[in-house]
Amino acid sequence: MTETTQQILSIENLDKAYGTVKILKNINVSIEPGEFLVLVGPSGCGKSTLLNCIAGLEESTAGDINIGGRSMIGVSPKDRDIAMVFQSYALYPTMTVGKNITFGMKVRGIPEEEQQAKLAEVAGLLQIDHLLDRKPSQLSGGQRQRVAMGRALVRDPQLFLFDEPLSNLDAKLRVEMRTEIKRLHQTLGASIVYVTHDQIEAMTLATKIVVMKDGVIQQVGTPNEIYNHPANMFVADFMGSPSMNLIPAQATSSGDGTKISIARTGGEYLTLSFDREIAGMNGSGAKEVILGLRPENITDPLSIVAQNGQLADCHIDVVEPAGSDTFVVTSLGGKQVTARLRADAEVVAGQNASLAFDLSKASVFEPESGARIA
Amino acid sequence: MTDMSMNNAQSEKSAARVRLAQRIALRFGLYALLIVFALYYLMPLFVMVTTSLKSLDEIRTGSLLSLPRELDFSSWATAWSSACTGIQCEGLRPFFWNSVLLSVPAVFLSTLLGAVNGYVLAQWRFKGSNVLFALMLFGCFIPFQVVILPMAMTLGVLKIAGTIGGLVFVHVVYGIGFTTLFFRNYYVTVPQELVKAAKVDGAGFFRIFFSIFLPISPPIIVVTVIWQFTQIWNDFLFGVSFSQAGTQPITVALNNIVNSTTGVKEYNVDMAAAIIAALPTLFVYVVAGKYFIRGLTAGSVKG
Ligand SMILES: Nc1ncnc2c1ncn2[C@@H]1O[C@H](COP(=O)(O)OP(=O)(O)O)[C@@H](O)[C@H]1O
Ligand SMILES: [Mg+2]
Repeated sequence: MTETTQQILSIENLDKAYGTVKILKNINVSIEPGEFLVLVGPSGCGKSTLLNCIAGLEESTAGDINIGGRSMIGVSPKDRDIAMVFQSYALYPTMTVGKNITFGMKVRGIPEEEQQAKLAEVAGLLQIDHLLDRKPSQLSGGQRQRVAMGRALVRDPQLFLFDEPLSNLDAKLRVEMRTEIKRLHQTLGASIVYVTHDQIEAMTLATKIVVMKDGVIQQVGTPNEIYNHPANMFVADFMGSPSMNLIPAQATSSGDGTKISIARTGGEYLTLSFDREIAGMNGSGAKEVILGLRPENITDPLSIVAQNGQLADCHIDVVEPAGSDTFVVTSLGGKQVTARLRADAEVVAGQNASLAFDLSKASVFEPESGARIA
Repeated sequence: MTDMSMNNAQSEKSAARVRLAQRIALRFGLYALLIVFALYYLMPLFVMVTTSLKSLDEIRTGSLLSLPRELDFSSWATAWSSACTGIQCEGLRPFFWNSVLLSVPAVFLSTLLGAVNGYVLAQWRFKGSNVLFALMLFGCFIPFQVVILPMAMTLGVLKIAGTIGGLVFVHVVYGIGFTTLFFRNYYVTVPQELVKAAKVDGAGFFRIFFSIFLPISPPIIVVTVIWQFTQIWNDFLFGVSFSQAGTQPITVALNNIVNSTTGVKEYNVDMAAAIIAALPTLFVYVVAGKYFIRGLTAGSVKG
């Protein structure tokens, strides 16, 4: 492979099975220097397994992993030029913080002065200087997290691997550490593979997101691509909070463009015009589809984004003020549909209100396969 | 209305008093029961100690439970250095050292091997490791008597029959099942990520064992050492089966002292000898008992 030389990591056709159970299926991923790749997916989809394969802690069943252009088949974890941060932190319980951080260098036989210089540098960077003589059991969750990162940072590796490093922290600390990790990435220009099941973490940290489900990659793209052009209904549903409305509808195409009609309670239809081609319709006929609309694309008529919106009166079932926005729930196509309105929009539960539908950012999916068709 | 509320308050107060009385009575009963049991268990020890300090005359004339009229330590000296164990009359002393020479290496080796085995079975699983563990567990429950014959043949083949080394071998082999079980169950609570982190840090199998696992092991080491020491020191069957004249452990010698019937039965010497034989295990319990309880109840490694 000639191009792999400039890639930090490239995974080709990787399979992994435990006995007869296939955990990872035909994984292909690569990252460039300085990229922050986030692997996201529900628990049990094989994210940790993939990370362990990259680290060399698990053997893959088929396929190849290249790090820095070098095939990693048969290369042990210590020779892969990687560092890893674990979900449980995995600090050595009887060693002090300082010893935890320098353990790897000690094993490698790096001179004592060099170890101490590195330790001081990393401890300063992570602001854990004052903790170096403590045992892990004397640290708070956030401090343990920092020590675990310190242990990875002293290695100065080609590639950092993070396995859900923030999932054991409380909500506030998690946001703080998220920012910190992002800052570290920017200051160090490090290449990172980061695993999480939290889609918000994925969106905020990544330069590139890989969405996985049941050991299969669903989509690879920038946060923007993943959010605005989800490749299938799983990605659409998994990424974004509140999640995308997936509304059963019927698309009809004729000479004067495409229309999408949604059944409403009482037998009427809400018909909206759609300005893109739907794959497989060839500009004519009718087709059952799933219309994917994010809550922010259904809003009140006064909001600016509603300029290219199409207005419709909807019965408001529930109003949920959230401070910065007001979420309302209405019923469309037999589904509960969430719309995001201005905080001071005047809506009352149980009454009708005019909502603006912006289909320019809508996605359309094939109901059977769930694949994106527009 | 004031009447009623006063009534209420009063009845509440008396109810509280009744409850308190009940609690005290319950406590009292509990302690009484515990004291009775403690006395029951201490009685044999009391009889042993007092008998060992009496003269033979007093034993013959006095009651079993009476205190000695005057303290006579001579039977302790006899038991230690001049009681007859058959034709030889050197007391327990040489056999005591046999037992020490046998127990210390056997305890050390079986504990160390158990630790390594447990480490492998808990953290370096391989195909068939669970079957192996099940077989080792099974080994714990094979009665001593069953292994005597095959073990005798094995010792013969290895040319260590009748030696202290041979007895050490027997106890190490028989003890490994238990020590492995102890360490495996202790190490299985250690998160696997710890080993992964150490591997990424570049440490190998033994480095991880000595730098990370052994330092977290004192509680389980204490448990294992107490268990093994008690087993090996108190063992009679292996001792009597696999030793010869110069290598007999103290339990065998004690049996010989008690059973050598030359003239009158010297109960005071027998009791003193029995206590001497039991002292080392008692000593280990007292020194390490605190950790014993801690090791049995604690286990997981937090942090
Ligand atoms: N050592 C193993 N043996 C058998 N199955 C395993 C092993 N490790 C993980 N698995 C299975 O592989 C799947 C993926 O696990 P994992 O990679 O830990 O998921 P994630 O990190 O995405 O939550 C799970 O169904 C899990 O049960
Ligand atoms: Mg995981």
